[in-house]
Amino acid sequence: MATTETFPAPGAPSADGVPLLDVEDLHVEFRTRDGVAKAVNGVSYTLQEGETLAILGESGSGKSVTAQAVMGILDSPPGFITGGAVRFRGQDLLLLPEAERRAYRGRNISMIFQDALSSLNPVFTVGWQIGEMFRIHEGLSRRQAKARAVELMEQVRIPAAKERVNDYPHQFSGGMRQRIMIAMAIALDPDVLIADEPTTALDVTVQAQIMELLHDLQVERKMGLILITHDLGVVADVSDKISVMYAGRIMEKALVHDIYARPAHPYTKGLLESIPRLDMKGQELAAIKGLPPSLTRIPPGCEFNPRCPYAQQICIEQRPPLYEVVPGRYSACHFAEEVLSGSI
Amino acid sequence: MAASDPATDRAATRAPSRNGEVVLEVDELVKYFPLTTGIVFKKHVGDVKAVDGVSFELHRGETLGVVGESGCGKSTLAKLLILLERPTSGRALFKGKNIYDAKGRHFKALRRNIQIIFQDPYSSLNPRMTVGDIVGEPFDIHPEVAPRGDRRRRVQELLDVVGLNPEHINRYPHQFSGGQRQRIGIARGLALRPEIIICDEPVSALDVSIQAQVMNLLEKLQDEFGLSYVFIAHDLSVVRHISDRVAVMYIGKLVEVGTHEQIYEHPSHPYTQALLSAVPVPDPSVRGQRQQIILTGDPPSPANPPSGCRFRTRCWKATEKCAEEVPALVVRPGTDHPAACHYAAVREDVVVQH
Repeated sequence: MATTETFPAPGAPSADGVPLLDVEDLHVEFRTRDGVAKAVNGVSYTLQEGETLAILGESGSGKSVTAQAVMGILDSPPGFITGGAVRFRGQDLLLLPEAERRAYRGRNISMIFQDALSSLNPVFTVGWQIGEMFRIHEGLSRRQAKARAVELMEQVRIPAAKERVNDYPHQFSGGMRQRIMIAMAIALDPDVLIADEPTTALDVTVQAQIMELLHDLQVERKMGLILITHDLGVVADVSDKISVMYAGRIMEKALVHDIYARPAHPYTKGLLESIPRLDMKGQELAAIKGLPPSLTRIPPGCEFNPRCPYAQQICIEQRPPLYEVVPGRYSACHFAEEVLSGSI
Repeated sequence: MAASDPATDRAATRAPSRNGEVVLEVDELVKYFPLTTGIVFKKHVGDVKAVDGVSFELHRGETLGVVGESGCGKSTLAKLLILLERPTSGRALFKGKNIYDAKGRHFKALRRNIQIIFQDPYSSLNPRMTVGDIVGEPFDIHPEVAPRGDRRRRVQELLDVVGLNPEHINRYPHQFSGGQRQRIGIARGLALRPEIIICDEPVSALDVSIQAQVMNLLEKLQDEFGLSYVFIAHDLSVVRHISDRVAVMYIGKLVEVGTHEQIYEHPSHPYTQALLSAVPVPDPSVRGQRQQIILTGDPPSPANPPSGCRFRTRCWKATEKCAEEVPALVVRPGTDHPAACHYAAVREDVVVQH
């Protein structure tokens, strides 16, 4: 890990052209009694150093499953990775045996979860749990590990860290617990941090604190950040680029400004229009009709066609590929140009 | 506008747009939950001051939004209003009569008139009952509303009203998605044709695209049946969209009350300002353009709230006066709506038009 060299601007590929993280055509399915649920169907994205990629989607869109597959913590069975590659600086992690894979977790790719309370062990002190990272990965003694834990708690701005290092998770508030999760995740100075709905369970004022902390840590450590969320507001505030997921696929990807200014997929358009806005006060919200499909029965053709206001015969017959509409913008819609130009 | 006359202060909290009659008048409502120690001999060691002196009026056909963070007492307020909890003190007048004095027949009639929609459509529906049984259960308790033979038809009508297929009357809750379950909860709330519905975070558990569907439905039903809503939520943009007036709550007390324009465009209480500025705006082009107030620390515990103003421990304007004197919810000079702050002043740089 180069920490003293000058870093390229966020989003620029590193000197050798290999992206930090490269997920290619990832497929994940869950084999359940009710049939095979295709949770992820060909997801690809890349992440560069210092860049923030937001993965936006509703429940069941496959955004968390993708992250679990990348992190290598998918429950298997019932979950199976049936295709694709996850390359970290060019090395395909899916080809590695579990023992080698484990070395990457925490040190290179690390993750924080939505529910900090159930992600922490209630019977150990937080200092012990943060210190575990150092004891196991770096072989530090208990005393050394605890000292490092205090340092980390200070870095994530937990007041009176020296005293609180011996407290148990239940003695902390929701925001403070999330800070402890963040401390554990950044302990080994990872290159990629995956944050799965990090602020969904928190109040708005605390959410603002946590997002500020994540942003500062990212800038300080030049981490690549993958932010998984359903909140269109959080995405707009912090991310560089967005991938919008629906029914296990990426429907649209683009830079954050482009997507909000002018979406190129009817689903993204529908999502943006369904947020209550000031000028819509007193009017009906433009809701997307219907429900997301069941992952065991994904409709033929375009996954979104039963709910799409612009659906034509071709949308039922042919599944649109994710193609480049204009340079740097991708959309999986047969009518992407028309949606983008606003002509339909 | 100098305001010391309580009569003008009260007038300011009334809805200017919808001048319907007052259906519910809440007056200094207080709910303390006792904290005890000991197993055999309980010793009273303090109180969780969940709701501590809340007053407001609700008009016919109006939506009053109540916003606040977790632990501020908004759900306890909901339970008080639907008579699931009895207040420690204070009263709530439904058409002039205190609901907490009602007994027997009157009590039952009140239960009919004030209904609730819960947050979690997964735990608020009995998984062993069919949709028909769930929506029809209120008729078992209040048989005067629908005669026996008529019930099935009435339930199907209700399902139709909330946008569900009336043929699904024999299905069970697990066969429906989250948004559809919330519609079942709404149909049950509507069954007795209430005048007031307390909505306790009705869309918080739903995805954005489904949330919009349910909000549209709630607005449609309000117009159709002349319902009054108390709409409790933590999502400020949802509350802004649906509310005529908004009350902001912080640790058991209302800190600011006004029309949605007054609260969202001219917030005068520091907490409201911080809350508004903390909401992420779904528009990347305003990034860095607005003032973001990031509060330090967490809200204090309602078991041991700070003296004087409860927000003072996180407030950047706090002085000694704030620790000594509890600020009253009144209209302050330079503002046009009541705020419980000694130093209330309109601040517009936290507001983003989107």
